[in-house]
Amino acid sequence: MAWVWFHRFGSPPYFYRVARRLTPWLGWPALILGVAGLIGGLGLAPPDYQQGDGFRIIYVHAPAAWLSLMIYVVMATSAAVGLIWRMNVAHAVAASCAPIGASFTALALATGMLYGRPMWGTYWQWDPRITSELLLLFLYLGYMALRAAFDDVARADRASAVLAIVGVVDVPIIHYSVIWWNSLHQAPTVMKFGRPSMPASMLVPLLLMLAGFSLYFGALLLTRARGEVLRRERNAHWISAALEES
Amino acid sequence: MSEISAENLHLWRGEVHVLRGLSFSLEAGQCLQVSGANGSGKTTLLRALCGLLPLERGRVYWRGADIASDPSLYHGQLSYLGHENGLKGDLTVSENLHYGTGLRRGLRSGELSAALASVELPGYAGMPLRWLSAGQRRRVALARLTLMDAPVWILDEPASNLDSTGQQLLLGLLERHLHSGGAAVVATHQELRLEAGRLQSLSLQ
Amino acid sequence: MNEPRVGFIAAAACLMARDLRLALRRAGDSLLPVGFFIVVTTLYPLALDPNLSSLRDIAPAALWVGALLSSLLALDLLFRDDAQDGALEQLALCGQSFAGLLVAKTAVHWLLTGLPLVLVGPLIAIALGAPYAAMAGILAALLLGTVALSLIGAVGAGLTLSLRRNGPLLALLVLPLAVPVLIFGARATALAVQGEPIAAPLYLLAAIAVLFATLSPWALAAAVRIGLE
Repeated sequence: MAWVWFHRFGSPPYFYRVARRLTPWLGWPALILGVAGLIGGLGLAPPDYQQGDGFRIIYVHAPAAWLSLMIYVVMATSAAVGLIWRMNVAHAVAASCAPIGASFTALALATGMLYGRPMWGTYWQWDPRITSELLLLFLYLGYMALRAAFDDVARADRASAVLAIVGVVDVPIIHYSVIWWNSLHQAPTVMKFGRPSMPASMLVPLLLMLAGFSLYFGALLLTRARGEVLRRERNAHWISAALEES
Repeated sequence: MSEISAENLHLWRGEVHVLRGLSFSLEAGQCLQVSGANGSGKTTLLRALCGLLPLERGRVYWRGADIASDPSLYHGQLSYLGHENGLKGDLTVSENLHYGTGLRRGLRSGELSAALASVELPGYAGMPLRWLSAGQRRRVALARLTLMDAPVWILDEPASNLDSTGQQLLLGLLERHLHSGGAAVVATHQELRLEAGRLQSLSLQ
Repeated sequence: MNEPRVGFIAAAACLMARDLRLALRRAGDSLLPVGFFIVVTTLYPLALDPNLSSLRDIAPAALWVGALLSSLLALDLLFRDDAQDGALEQLALCGQSFAGLLVAKTAVHWLLTGLPLVLVGPLIAIALGAPYAAMAGILAALLLGTVALSLIGAVGAGLTLSLRRNGPLLALLVLPLAVPVLIFGARATALAVQGEPIAAPLYLLAAIAVLFATLSPWALAAAVRIGLE
């Protein structure tokens, strides 16, 4: 039963229709959760006893960082699906993930830098989280650069899929090697928010923001992927019918 | 059972739908001549028959078996000659032949010189490939073809750089191959005068 | 006229013999990466305080950044020639395990371009102020590190095989993936210079090399096949 659903999703017109209908169901809740999270985080949560109001940037930074990593996994998984089952839709999804993931990574880096300024006085520190995010950004950029270098979209799909799979295996290793490297040199770490030790008033808005960001990613991905599928299938018959529908 | 056959092949190169529902069937002892204008997809077809290009749709069969099911087995029975010779200029002729066939089979003594004689390059064994002309290098590639001893030949413009003697040689090698039960797919503009019933033609648009 | 009458080991040995013979005929090509390595590491003392005691601190970094960049440079020698003259597609079509043959090629490539780094590296370290006692540790770290770099670099070379002017792209792809090798290798070297035991980072380096060795056969074959299309 699941296989049937899986293969139906691989059909471009089916994916296009379902994605179009699903997007508002992700987008509006994302907005609501995001607003709720921001109100809770920026307004209602008490200031941190150590860091004052400056810590509030984590309400954007932490979800962005978490998402930047999750998107890479989603990208690698759909690329692998596309490679194994030769599914064009899966490759389109992977291609759509990359710029979104890179943007979230850049956001995590920017907010990390903004956080650093009031905390240690400099915009940049080689803290493990920021360094990891920087390397992840390079991985995303490399993926997009490899895609762009191939003229033939099908070859670009397959080559970048191989890269994404190798990358997703290496990402945990890179992450832990950076943490290990950092622990040796006692460089300052930026955020030691241990989740269990956070009071609910701080934690709940964070989780709301995380959920909101994730749903936003979903909506964004479906929108981009629809555009990608449209571009790839532009010579196919079902396009005119689908466009009349919308 | 046909030696090599194709069923409804579709292939895109970028935006271009190069192969559109192509089919053919080739028996042992037959040669398929593929002709067409530049850019019509001859090289694409031949590379797809080798399994170098993935097919959007359609299948290639060798002795009834889909080549995608056991590519290694199929490749062991296949000899491909593309636009490039696949020879190394820094090695001598005999080293090239030795290393070229050594990936598949060991050479018995005398086979190498016999192969060189069959392409009319006797005594060239010790010569660095770099010193040979383009036509002579093509002949060395043909010698390697015969040494590989594979039943299926897929040749892409094998006569390129060959003079008229060379072309006659090629024809002779092809005839001998077909006569001993081999099959061949050849993309060429050259007229292939073979025995009756041995030649099939395929023209690509 | 049947299955390949030569087993994989014999075919791989044939290929490796060919590559070695080719490299010997063009000995200059294989020496370029190690030459680059020596030049780059020489730049550090010129850019800094040339006292050996202060150079000792940056010796691990100089050595490993140099090794990383030299391996990157050397990758051009791996597939380029064979791709251009059609030898690579003959390899893909010979009926033997393509992944295995590509790993065999990478092994010869390491022998020609990575091993010189392993042998020269400790000497460079001495020139940068490292104590003689550190040489064995540095050699071990470079041995594992260059093997890991060759493997992951080969995958990058395979992916960029059919692309023109791919030097910067290759660097962008390979360097982030090779960061763990840099971190653990430099750490092992730093510990060796200080005279401390280097087992921990060395084990981690070995683990990474093993991981890359497991991943690369599949990745190499997949990448090069795409490049040959």
